[in-house]
Amino acid sequence: MQGDGVDRIPILKLGEALLVTIQVDMHDQLAQALEEDLTTAIVKHGARGVLIDISALEVVDSFIGRMLDTIAAVSRMLDADTVVVGMRPAVAITLVELGLSLNGVKTALNVDRGMALIQPHTWRSDDDEDGD
Amino acid sequence: MTERIEIRTSQDVLRVRQRVRALAIEAGLSLVDQTKVVTAASELARNTLEYGGGGSADIELINGAHHGVRLTFADEGPGIKDIDAALRDGFSTSDGLGLGLGGAKRLSNEFKIDSVPGKGTRVTIARWK
Repeated sequence: MQGDGVDRIPILKLGEALLVTIQVDMHDQLAQALEEDLTTAIVKHGARGVLIDISALEVVDSFIGRMLDTIAAVSRMLDADTVVVGMRPAVAITLVELGLSLNGVKTALNVDRGMALIQPHTWRSDDDEDGD
Repeated sequence: MTERIEIRTSQDVLRVRQRVRALAIEAGLSLVDQTKVVTAASELARNTLEYGGGGSADIELINGAHHGVRLTFADEGPGIKDIDAALRDGFSTSDGLGLGLGGAKRLSNEFKIDSVPGKGTRVTIARWK
């Protein structure tokens, strides 16, 4: 998108949340660019949550794992929740064995469930568990 | 037959992942085992790049008692003084080596490391069916 020769991962606005779908095997600069772009976008849009869809990722190594942790920590400071959605089973098994259990990151099986975690107040929901 | 991949940039780390994936499929590894060995390769390739100042990966099929892949990462960087410490999780406070070596070891069936301070490091792993 920008003329610096670095590709960017698109960030979509979805209600009060931002949706990032990672569809390419990210090299390190791309991952760093995503961290910066997301942080800027959270503030710009006043987003309450960030959904990161990694269902297309065949490998999550410690670098990408740390990136997800960092995004979650920075988002938290900016009053936004981060939910990582769509992790493949083989990736989950490998991450735990690697020693990265992503304790600081919320996860959900798919985008719908992730959205429900982020926006319990505004996301359409059949059950009315919230009193306010 | 061994294929050598030079590791000079983070794009090369991606290339290592792609080639190791292709070889793991050729070896008939399960999806979980493919994912484990590709992830281990990614950790080791990044160590080669970040700590070794670049180097190479030699990747090959193994077809003896076991069927799988064997990968050797070599650099001529500063080497590792205390390998036992480097294998412990969280060894490095800087990015990378914290989980890289220990994690790669846990994800492999075979793990060998030779490192000489001032000369470089060579790590060999294998994953089989």
